[in-house]
Amino acid sequence: MATHAPVTDSVVNSAPRRLVLEVLHDWVTTVDHKKIGLMYIGYALIFLVIAGFEALLMRVQLSIPNNHFVSPQVFNQLFTMHGTTMVFFVGMPVLFGFGNYLIPLMIGARDMAFPRLNAFSFWIASFGGLLLYFSYLGGSGLYGAGSAPDVGWFAYAPLTAHVFSPGHSTDYWTLAILLSGIGSIGTALNIVTTIICMRCPGMKLNRMPLLVWLYLVMSCLVFVTVSPLTAAQIMLMLDRYLGSHFFDTQAGGSAVLWMHFFWIFGHPEVYVLILPSFAFANEIIPVYSRKAIFGYPAMVAASVGIGFISLSVWAHHMFTVGMGAGANTFFTLATMIISVPTGIKIFNWLATLWGGKIHFTASMMFAVGFLFQFLIAGLTGIMLSVAPFDWQLSASYFVVAHFHYVLVGAILFILFAAFYYWYPKMTGRLLSEKLGKWHFWIFLIGFHLTFDFMHIPGLEGMPRRIYTYEADRGWMMWNMIVSSGAIFQTIGTLLFVYNMVWSFIKGPIAGPDPWDAWTLEWSTTSPPPHYNFAIIPTVESRRPLWDLKHPDDPDSHYE
Amino acid sequence: MASQIWSGLASQVGSGLTSTSTSIFAPKGTPAHSIFSISMLVLSITTVIFLVVGGLLLYALLRFRHRRNDANAAQEPPQIYGSNQIELSWTVIPILIVVMLFLATARVILSTQNAPKPADALDVTVIGHQFWWEYRYPKLGIVTANELHIPVSDPKHPTPTYLTMSSADTDHSFWVPRLAGKTDLIPNRVNTMWLDPETAGLYLGQCAQYCGTQHAKMLIRVYADSQADFAAWIVRQQQPAVESSSAIEGQNVFQHTACISCHTVAGTIATGRFGPDLTHVASRDTIASGSVPNTSANLRSFIDNPANFKPGSLMPAMHLNDHDLDAVTAYLATLK
Ligand code: HEC
Ligand code: HEM
Ligand SMILES: [Cu+2]
Ligand SMILES: [Cu+2]
Repeated sequence: MATHAPVTDSVVNSAPRRLVLEVLHDWVTTVDHKKIGLMYIGYALIFLVIAGFEALLMRVQLSIPNNHFVSPQVFNQLFTMHGTTMVFFVGMPVLFGFGNYLIPLMIGARDMAFPRLNAFSFWIASFGGLLLYFSYLGGSGLYGAGSAPDVGWFAYAPLTAHVFSPGHSTDYWTLAILLSGIGSIGTALNIVTTIICMRCPGMKLNRMPLLVWLYLVMSCLVFVTVSPLTAAQIMLMLDRYLGSHFFDTQAGGSAVLWMHFFWIFGHPEVYVLILPSFAFANEIIPVYSRKAIFGYPAMVAASVGIGFISLSVWAHHMFTVGMGAGANTFFTLATMIISVPTGIKIFNWLATLWGGKIHFTASMMFAVGFLFQFLIAGLTGIMLSVAPFDWQLSASYFVVAHFHYVLVGAILFILFAAFYYWYPKMTGRLLSEKLGKWHFWIFLIGFHLTFDFMHIPGLEGMPRRIYTYEADRGWMMWNMIVSSGAIFQTIGTLLFVYNMVWSFIKGPIAGPDPWDAWTLEWSTTSPPPHYNFAIIPTVESRRPLWDLKHPDDPDSHYE
Repeated sequence: MASQIWSGLASQVGSGLTSTSTSIFAPKGTPAHSIFSISMLVLSITTVIFLVVGGLLLYALLRFRHRRNDANAAQEPPQIYGSNQIELSWTVIPILIVVMLFLATARVILSTQNAPKPADALDVTVIGHQFWWEYRYPKLGIVTANELHIPVSDPKHPTPTYLTMSSADTDHSFWVPRLAGKTDLIPNRVNTMWLDPETAGLYLGQCAQYCGTQHAKMLIRVYADSQADFAAWIVRQQQPAVESSSAIEGQNVFQHTACISCHTVAGTIATGRFGPDLTHVASRDTIASGSVPNTSANLRSFIDNPANFKPGSLMPAMHLNDHDLDAVTAYLATLK
C-alpha cells in the first residue's frame, strides 16, 4: 500500500476516476488469497449466467418437436459450450474460489503457501475461459467453417479430427481446456501445500475441519486426473497439426483410446466437483443443527476412500463401446462399491441432524435440498452402474437427468447454501433471508419440474444431443414440462443475483460470527483483514470456537 | 405451431399403445426382456432405499426442528460424536446389497454378451454413416439402407439376427429400445450385438451417439417380418434394379449427373458408395434415414435440396432444373 501514498494528493481533483483505476489495479495485481478467491467466484458466476442462458436457448428449441428456433449447427454449439463452460469455467473456478477463500482462514493461516502461483493460476484459467468464448468471434479461421466448437463436452474422436472438424473451432476448445488445466494443477498444488505446511499450532491432521480434508482429497484428484486430460489434448493437437495418428481413425488411430483418456479424467472430475460440495455440507449442516458432525473419522475415511475408488470406475461411461463381458462386469462392481462410502456420508449427515435443533435458515434449506437430491442422484447412479440397464440408458436423457441431479440438485444447491452461509464473512453483510427463501422455493420448483421429468423421455428412448425429435414418440409433453421448469430456475437465479447486489449495499451488518459457528474463520472480523488474524490462533480440538464458548465442556475432552 | 403442439400431445396419449413407442419398458426381444427384469429389480431396491433413507431424513427434519417457544430453546442440544456400532451397521448393510445386485447384474451381462450363436442365425453387417445406416446381408447378397428387415424369432426355433457393426466416419450408436440395449459403431473397430424380435412389426429407434450436425435425424427402422414375409422380401431385394422404358429419361439424367458417384443402382453404371444404395429405394417406406415418408413429393423435394428436410446432410443440392428433377423422381419411383 505504501507505494500508493504519493498519489493521494491529486486524488482530490479527479477523485472518481483515480479511485476506479486504483481499485482495479489493486485487484489485478493482488496475491491475497481472499481477493483471488472472490475473483474466482465472480468469474464463475458470470460464466454461470452465460452457460445458463445457453441452456435456456436449448430448452426453448426442445419444448416442441420439429421446432425451428435454432439451426442444428447452432444447437450443437450450444450444448458443447454449455457443458464445457459449466464443468471447466463454472464448477472448477467457483469451488477453487471458495477453497482459496476459506482454507487459510479455517486452518489459521495468513495466506496460501504460494501467493504468486495462486494469482498465476487464476489468471491463466480465466484466460482459458475467454479464449473459449473468443471462438464465437474468431473461430472460423481460414476455412470459414464453424465458429464455436460443436464436438460435445467430451469431444469424442474422430469428430475432432481435421476431416470432420475443419477450421479452428476444435482448437479453441482444446487450448481453452489446456489452459484451464494448467490453472487447476497450480491451484491444486497450492491447496495441498497450504494444508500440509501452514496449519496453525495445535491443528493436527485429525483436527482439521472436514472442509479442509475434502479439499485435500479433491486437490490430489486434480493432480492425477487433469494430467491425462492435458496429455490427451496435446496428442490431439499433434494429430491435428503435426500428422500424428493417435485418434485419427482414418489413418489407423483409435477412437476408444480417446474415450479412455477422457473418462479417466472425466469420472474423477465429477468427484472433484462433488467433494467440495460435501465439504460445504459438512460445515453448514452441523452449525444449523447445533451439533458436532457425527462420525468424523468415518467421514474422513469415506472421503479418502471415494478418492481412490473413483480412479477405477471410468469405463462405466463406456459400457456401450463393446468391451468384453469381463470388463463390463469389473466396472459394474467398482462403480457399485463407490456407493458404499457415499452412503456412509449420507447416513452421517442424517445422524448429525438427529437429536439436533435444526434452524431452517435459507442456507440450511438449500442444504436440505442438497441432501434429498443427492440421495436421488446416487440412486439413479446405481441404476446406471448396472451395465445392462446402462445399455438402454446410456447417452439418453436419463443420463442427462442423472448428472444434472448431481450437478444442479446437489452441487448448485449446496453452493447456494454456501453463499448464504459465507457471504456475510466475505462482505460483512447478511444476505436477505426473506429473498433467500423465495429464491429457494422458486428454484426448487423449477429444478424438480425440469430434472424429475427429464428422466422419463430417456426411459422412453429419447437420446441426448438431438436438436429436435419426432412428434410421434410421445416425448413432447415431458419436454414441455422440462422446458417450463427452466423459467422458474431463471427467475430464482435472478432473485439470487439481486439479493447479492442489494445486500452488498443495504444488507444488515453481519458481525464476526452471525451463525454462532465453531470454525476459525468466524473468529476474525467480517470481512477479515488482509492478514486474516492479528494473532495466529492455537487450537485444541476440531471446533475451537465451541471450546471458547463452552469452557466448561470443551470438545477437546472427547476427541 | 398450434397444430404441432396438438399432434404431439395426441401421440403423447397414444404412445403407450402405438407402434411408434420406443419405451424400454415395452420389451419385445430377449435382450430387452432381460434388461427389463434386472431394471425392475434395481428400481425396487432403489425405491426401498429412497423410502427408508428419505423417510428418516424427513422425520429427523420435522422432529428435531428448532422450536422457539421451547423451555430451553437457547441451550445447545447434547453433542454426540459418533457410534461405532451404528456406523458399522450402515457400512455392512449397503455392502450386502451391493454384492447381491452385482451378482444379479453379472448374470445378465454374461447371458447377453456370451450367448451362443445358433447355426441358423442371420448375419447382417451394419455400417454407420453420417447420417444414415447401411445394411449388408453378406450371405444373401443384399445391400440396403435405413430400413432393416429381419425375421421374427420363434423361441422354440430361434432365428436371431447377429449384427456386425462398424462405422465409415464418426462414432454412432445403434439403439432400438424395445429389442435390445444400444451398441456403438466405432471406426476401425468391429462390435457385435443380436436381435430376436418375438412379434412381427415395426420397431423404431435412432442413433444414440453424437455423430455430427444431423445426429438427430439418423433414425432407425427395424421391420420384424414373419418368416414368409421375410423370405418374400429377400427374393424381391435380390432382383437387379427394375429397367422400365417409361423412366428411361430419368435414368439418363441420373446416370449423367454426379448421382452415380455417390449412389449404387445394382446392374447399372451407378456404383457409388458414399450415399445409400438406391437399387430398391422405392420399396422403402421412408427416405433420408427415416426423416420423411417416401412419397414422390418428398423424394423430389429431397433431391432438389436435401436441406429441405435435413440441413447438414452430406448429400449436396444438385441444382437440377424442374424437368430433370421430375424425370429423376419418376425414375427412382420405379426402383421397387
Ligand atoms: C456427394 C455424394 C452424393 C451425390 C452426388 C448425390 N447423393 Fe444422394 N445421398 C447422398 C447421401 C450421403 C445421402 C444420405 C443422406 C442422409 O440421409 O443424410 C443421400 C441420399 C439420397 C436419397 C435418399 C435415400 C434414402 O433411402 O434415404 C436419394 C433418393 C438420393 N440421395 C438421390 C440422389 C440423386 C437423384 C442424386 C443426383 C441428382 C444424388 N442423390 C446425388 C450422397 C449423394
Ligand atoms: C453413487 C454415485 C454415482 C454413481 C454410481 C454414478 C454412476 C454413473 C454412471 C454409470 C454414469 C454413466 C452413464 C452413461 O454415460 O452411460 C454416470 C454418468 C455421469 N455422472 Fe454419475 N454416478 C454417481 C455420482 C455422480 C456424481 C457425484 C457426479 C457429479 C458430481 C456425477 C456426474 C455424472 C456425469 C457428469 C455423468 C455423465 C457424463 C456424460 O456422459 O456427459 N455422477 N454416472
Ligand atoms: Cu462416472
Ligand atoms: Cu448419431
